Amino acid sequence: MALRKRSMGVVAVITAAGLGLAACGQSSGGGGETIELTIAQNAIAGGKNAAAAQYIADWVIPKFEAAQKAKGKDVTVKFVPSGVDDEQYKTKLSLDLKSGKGADVIDIDGIWAGEFAEAGYIKPLSELVGAEAESWDGWAQIPEAVQAMTEFNGKKYALPVGTDGRVLYFNKNLFAKAGLPADWQPKSWQEILDAGAKLKSSGVPVPIQINAGTAMGEATSMQGVLPLLAGAGGEVQKDGKWTGASQPLKDALGLYQKIYGGGLGDPKLQQEAKGRDKSFQQFAEGKIGILMEGDYFWRGVVNPKTGVAKMADRDQTVGYAMIPAIEPGKGIKGQDFVSMSGGALRTVNPNSKHPKEAFELLAFTLSPEALKEETKDGNVRITPRADVNKEILAGEPLLTFISEKVLPVTAYRPPVALYPQVSVALQEATAAVAGGTAPDQAAADYQKKLEGIVGGAGNIAS
Amino acid sequence: MAQAISPPEAPEADRGTREHSRYSSDAAGLGKARAGVFMAPALLLIAAFLVFPALWVLYLGLTNYRLTGIAAAEPQFVGLGNLLDAVSNPTFWSSTWLTVQFVLGSAVIGQVGLGFTIAWLLRDRRGPLKRVVEGLVILAWILPSAIVSFLWVALLDRDGGTLNALLGIPGTAWLLDHPMLSIIVFNTWRGTAFSMMLYGAALANVPPSHLESARLAGASGWQQLRDVVFPHIRGHILTNLLLISLWTFNDFTPFLLTAGGPDGKSEILAVHVYKVALQGGELGYGAAVSTIILLINLVVAVFYLRLLRSKK
Repeated sequence: MALRKRSMGVVAVITAAGLGLAACGQSSGGGGETIELTIAQNAIAGGKNAAAAQYIADWVIPKFEAAQKAKGKDVTVKFVPSGVDDEQYKTKLSLDLKSGKGADVIDIDGIWAGEFAEAGYIKPLSELVGAEAESWDGWAQIPEAVQAMTEFNGKKYALPVGTDGRVLYFNKNLFAKAGLPADWQPKSWQEILDAGAKLKSSGVPVPIQINAGTAMGEATSMQGVLPLLAGAGGEVQKDGKWTGASQPLKDALGLYQKIYGGGLGDPKLQQEAKGRDKSFQQFAEGKIGILMEGDYFWRGVVNPKTGVAKMADRDQTVGYAMIPAIEPGKGIKGQDFVSMSGGALRTVNPNSKHPKEAFELLAFTLSPEALKEETKDGNVRITPRADVNKEILAGEPLLTFISEKVLPVTAYRPPVALYPQVSVALQEATAAVAGGTAPDQAAADYQKKLEGIVGGAGNIAS
Repeated sequence: MAQAISPPEAPEADRGTREHSRYSSDAAGLGKARAGVFMAPALLLIAAFLVFPALWVLYLGLTNYRLTGIAAAEPQFVGLGNLLDAVSNPTFWSSTWLTVQFVLGSAVIGQVGLGFTIAWLLRDRRGPLKRVVEGLVILAWILPSAIVSFLWVALLDRDGGTLNALLGIPGTAWLLDHPMLSIIVFNTWRGTAFSMMLYGAALANVPPSHLESARLAGASGWQQLRDVVFPHIRGHILTNLLLISLWTFNDFTPFLLTAGGPDGKSEILAVHVYKVALQGGELGYGAAVSTIILLINLVVAVFYLRLLRSKK
């Protein structure tokens, strides 16, 4: 009998514990008048994109809450920081959205829009928010190419946070030692290699560094193989067909071989798990001569105030040049110079309980007032708004250079859901070449993988 | 006059048996329902946290389910397509081979060998040396993976790494030039404490008189180990081998050191699954490979268990 009583007691305790756990899983219900919003970015105080994290915490949140209060609404906003690789951020975000969770306002890379939309993780703003999204006054200030980044199947899924461009950065001090000019502007790939050879003979540890391999993910595509492919006259996708083991791809991989197989670059730096961060550090320490990177490098890496590898003398020491085609006129569309552009998007999570207020917060972060605040004190970037750019880029030579010289010749990645998988295959091809595989073989292996990704050879241009 | 014959006193043993049988019949009387009540919570937990996830992974492995894209919203049934993709994928086979190296190197040879050696050398010792050595070894086991991985990345770093400084060979990128060796040494260092403690406890149970007899009979140290110690602790060795082999097989910690690189040279199966499923978003394929890993683990477990029972 005692045994029975004891067992019943155990069952009761387990049941009560189970009910308690179940209760913990339920929403607290809210029901009050306070609207709670969350905003997530891959930014964190003291770490990655620290300035953006600080701006959200110190300016956006108090200002937005005050503005809402003035309208008679009690809104509180919480920032959800991350400080991880973009791939990890994407995985976390996907899992959040898949399980019906995540912050109310989220930042995503523009290239994820297609696959997120197909998965139902994000919805067209007009469906989610209503007419306010279509009539947002900021659209009039955003160039069409930048607006296009927000679209999938003809519908706008987000607001653009900005755009960017790629250049060749170089260390003027190292160039001076190697007898190279401070206003260096190569006009062909051979001129890059020649400069690399001079840097090497002057004792520079790593003359040229161009992102390669899978360890740095999309950075390899954007700051490596895609600009080179464009420089050789190729596009990753054209007229609905994907580019396979084409001559432009072989040329691009051939340049990798000349750099990493010829002792001009450090292949190990590209293969390490934190290789990109390490290359930033080495550039800041004066060990790398030439580095192909986006404007993030200038703004977020070697920025004397907020960079992760600060260079106090950035403005005097770091030079920049446009990325040349393999030879003049041999780039895409017959261009002499090329670049790739992307940009982040900011959107409303379809799981948000307050989509309209979330959109208000989203639009608030892209108001002229907010963008000017975000980009002050040397934290300038190319915003999506022409009206703001005119004002803030005035004293910023690199971003003015990108805005005026690079963006007119830039290219965008295909806004399709398959692109990220294709991008990984391209990264693998560069990893193989940096590891010693011949360019033709790496290109053939890429084509084989590509066939599996895009549904057969019929979707690949020969 | 017939004398009434009283039944003989039941012997103690019989009384016990009768009480036992009464108890048994009581228990039987309570029926299976009562046993069911006792077992229900455990069965529910097993079903919820083991059986259902395993079946779910099995099912996902038969679909083209992805983390993003159209296949995230509307996965299609692809049957054995993922399994066929896996077996025709060179990375899967290289990952399997690297996993075999990792398990043999760090678990079977490394942890078992080193753990036993330390336990054997420290078996009769007392005092500060024993405490210091045990403390150092156990420290490796109790520190969080993220922290020890971070320390080892710094230790093995090409520029300014402690190992290069100690060996006087600056410029050696251990994690890139010798990725498998690096993670095998790391995992051996990290997991040796468990083996050492297990063997320490096992060696304490070897009767000293047996060892003394062997010594008196002129047995060498190796003969004492082979003929006296190993037969005594055979069960411990096999249990330890089973546990650490399975742990090592599923270990993801090497990802924190090398991320599977360079160029897949340390992409063991656990890392392969992470890369394809979460980084690459191919959840269906990842689930299929996970199912293969589960089957391999089952085979390994059955092999060890049979070995354990065979000469018990």
